[in-house]
Amino acid sequence: MELTVTLEINEKKHVLTLDSRTTLLDLLREELHLTGTKKGCDHGQCGTCTILLDGKRVNSCLILAASADQKSITTIEGLSSSNSLHPLQKAFISHDALQCGYCTPGQILSAAGFLNEPWERTTEGIKEGMSGNLCRCGAYPNILTAVQEVLENQKLLNPQKASHS
Amino acid sequence: MRAALSTLKFLEAGSLSHAFKIMKTHPGIMPTAGCTDIYVSLNFGTLKVREFLNLWGLSELRKIQMKGDYLSIGSLATYTQIIHSDSVKKWIPMLIQASSSIGGMQIQNRGTLGGNIGNGSPAGDTLPVLAAAEAVVVLGSTEGIRRISFNMFYTGYRKNAMNPEELILSVEIPRIKSQQWYRKVGTRAAQAISKIVMAAVLSKDPEEQQDPRRIRIAFGSLAPTVIRAFRTETALAENGNITEAQKTLLSEIQPIDDIRSTALYRQTVAANLLAEWWGKVSPRSLIKS
Repeated sequence: MELTVTLEINEKKHVLTLDSRTTLLDLLREELHLTGTKKGCDHGQCGTCTILLDGKRVNSCLILAASADQKSITTIEGLSSSNSLHPLQKAFISHDALQCGYCTPGQILSAAGFLNEPWERTTEGIKEGMSGNLCRCGAYPNILTAVQEVLENQKLLNPQKASHS
Repeated sequence: MRAALSTLKFLEAGSLSHAFKIMKTHPGIMPTAGCTDIYVSLNFGTLKVREFLNLWGLSELRKIQMKGDYLSIGSLATYTQIIHSDSVKKWIPMLIQASSSIGGMQIQNRGTLGGNIGNGSPAGDTLPVLAAAEAVVVLGSTEGIRRISFNMFYTGYRKNAMNPEELILSVEIPRIKSQQWYRKVGTRAAQAISKIVMAAVLSKDPEEQQDPRRIRIAFGSLAPTVIRAFRTETALAENGNITEAQKTLLSEIQPIDDIRSTALYRQTVAANLLAEWWGKVSPRSLIKS
């Protein structure tokens, strides 16, 4: 069953004809060759396929591309602007927040989602907020430091509460 | 996705009445919300269904609102919505605890309360909360709307009292004038499916002290479905003896050995959780403190 969807990916509009069964992850990697988004477990446990869908972080392996029609998507390829890296990317580099790097795009997109969410800006809050991303190298302490630094630079260390409902 | 997808078909619901019609005209079709469970089963090849109806766009099923003396939570409300809802925080905080314990934020942004109910896993994290809260499930189809008590909803392992063409529309939660308690025991703090999960309420309202329903206890992962420990509730209401109540509890649960834990571990932890909760809330412990 083929259908046409319109997606805004990294601020660029794509009109795509695709099989209705394609996951967002497979669309990004196999059709659009945006291979920065990684496939890990392919069943929603590891978080390495994390992208932003209308600004909210989701596992792209558990979403049909068809159900994202008319929505806006941000992947690691679209996070930075022109020649300048996103502050999270800079912080991950300067704090050595990775070893093999496979989980890194997902970690960074997840942290980017975290910045927009009303979680407490505490160490425990960051750990809880980042708990959906696994790192088998165990780079967690440096990932935590990198995210903390970005939050501090954005002067967001005060607890902020907002309502989503 | 590793499953053979060549035979799968996905339909899109444009409106609620459209969804009702599709459910009626496509026997065996499976309604889907955030797909956080379905895609996993598809990948493992354990799901035999080949036709799916995507309900995600039906925003009218995503509302959380007070309706008179109960809280109505739409079936498509995500865990993230529930966690950040002031109404849920005020009315049924143990549902926030349960929702926060599910997966990572990526899952909480997609997983829904209706999906947890429809999936019907005995380990479903919100299900003991709904059982202890005596929630009501609102179902709809082309035939109209009907309500069913959550405690009558499951009829066996992943089986429920819904007609094949019905959809879950919302859950209605009556006011609980009680202390609420929730505990999930998993292999690790985050990203774990429960080995055992418990929700309980104990009313401190003087007007309800003669009401045997003032104590309500529910468990997940201890039987083919989520269960209310009715006999344990009665035992505690009668004399408050925790040792007797623990024995009663062990006689009314049927834990099994499976991939996540053993029957013996679950029996031991169930009895311990009961004692931990009762030690905190029982009238005797309050007098001591």
